[in-house]
Amino acid sequence: MNKIDTRGMSCPQPVLMTKKAIEQNPEGLDILVGDNTAKNNIIRFLQSKGFSAEIEEYDEEFLLKARK
Amino acid sequence: MQSKKGIIATGAVIGLIAVLLVKMGNPANMGFCIACFIRDIAGGLGLHRAAVVQYLRPEIMGLVLGAFIAAIAGKEFSSRGGSSPMIRFFLGIIVMIGALMFLGCPLRMILRLAGGDLNALVGVFGFVAGIYIGVLFLNKGFSLKRTYRLPDFEGYAFPIFNVFLIILLVCAPAFIIFSESGPGSMAAPIAIALAAGLIVGFLAQKSRLCCVGGTRDMILFRDNYLLLGFLAILVFAAIGNLATGMFSLGFEGQPVAHTDGLWNFLGMAVVGWGSVLLGGCPLRQLILAGEGNSDSAITFFGMLVGAGFAHNFSLAASPKGASLNGQIATIICFAFLLAISLANIEKTPFKTKGDM
Repeated sequence: MNKIDTRGMSCPQPVLMTKKAIEQNPEGLDILVGDNTAKNNIIRFLQSKGFSAEIEEYDEEFLLKARK
Repeated sequence: MQSKKGIIATGAVIGLIAVLLVKMGNPANMGFCIACFIRDIAGGLGLHRAAVVQYLRPEIMGLVLGAFIAAIAGKEFSSRGGSSPMIRFFLGIIVMIGALMFLGCPLRMILRLAGGDLNALVGVFGFVAGIYIGVLFLNKGFSLKRTYRLPDFEGYAFPIFNVFLIILLVCAPAFIIFSESGPGSMAAPIAIALAAGLIVGFLAQKSRLCCVGGTRDMILFRDNYLLLGFLAILVFAAIGNLATGMFSLGFEGQPVAHTDGLWNFLGMAVVGWGSVLLGGCPLRQLILAGEGNSDSAITFFGMLVGAGFAHNFSLAASPKGASLNGQIATIICFAFLLAISLANIEKTPFKTKGDM
């Protein structure tokens, strides 16, 4: 599964990176996220595009597994 | 809190508290104004000598500390920084110069509109135009690069500085300057202003409220979450103003405002564009600084220095209108924004990686 790293980016870049990445990976991908705000924004965006998101937390960072 | 009800409730509380602060003594349509209040703090600290706008506005310290408390309580405090701090410092200066051309940050733009000031509507058009330009560069790959985790004390430094400002305000040593007339002399009692800041800072941290994010996210993602907060402030502040007899519709004679439409438009276009590049409006920068983001704290100091420049060099507009120096400075701000936008577009196109 392809992976993108959005950690530490200012709003709205984590969502923008996710938007571009799902256009290239329509079946889904893994997204590294560095904070709660970006995590919630990305999940809200993924849900609006019909993706499910499984969340794994590692030391205050998150891995979102987005799947169609 | 991160539900649509949460953001609408936050906007409603901010709108009503803003009206209350004016009732309690703040200048009209200035329950909150991040730019004006930072400008007043710059004056209070003696960084400029405009005698009518000098006061250590406790709302600012309340906002930062309210966000700090909310972040600690919610286990979201995180000391971070390193995302192009020098550029963010300059963007802080630029956003302040634009805001003082219009006479208000995006939050005061909403509050002015809610008070019936139609000059603010011209400001809204400029603000949206500025955001649109910023979004064009975001779509082209603009980025100030990522932040990194830093030692905890880095994140505590700015909230501690704000506690120090409160101490200076309460003790009022001779070297702190307080306006004796003009907007700087008009203020709600310290305890009320501080409490208002704390409440709004707490709610804004929880809800992620951002005045620039609403329009930006609608353009980029058709996401109305943040825009609902923006609209809730407008609706509830307007209701509050109507209920207390402070609503006055028109262009002429509006409080702490001028009628020069072109420069109201261009001032807010600078603020919109600059805020998109920063990743959030001036209010959001204070909240992020309270959460431990030292880049946003540096942006605050950029705004503080920008306010000093704005008054020392006669860049700030007044109720009489825009100054020539201010018009030149605004054009220079556009040139800087274009240069910063072009210089920070990622050279390599976006790509996903299989292994990281």
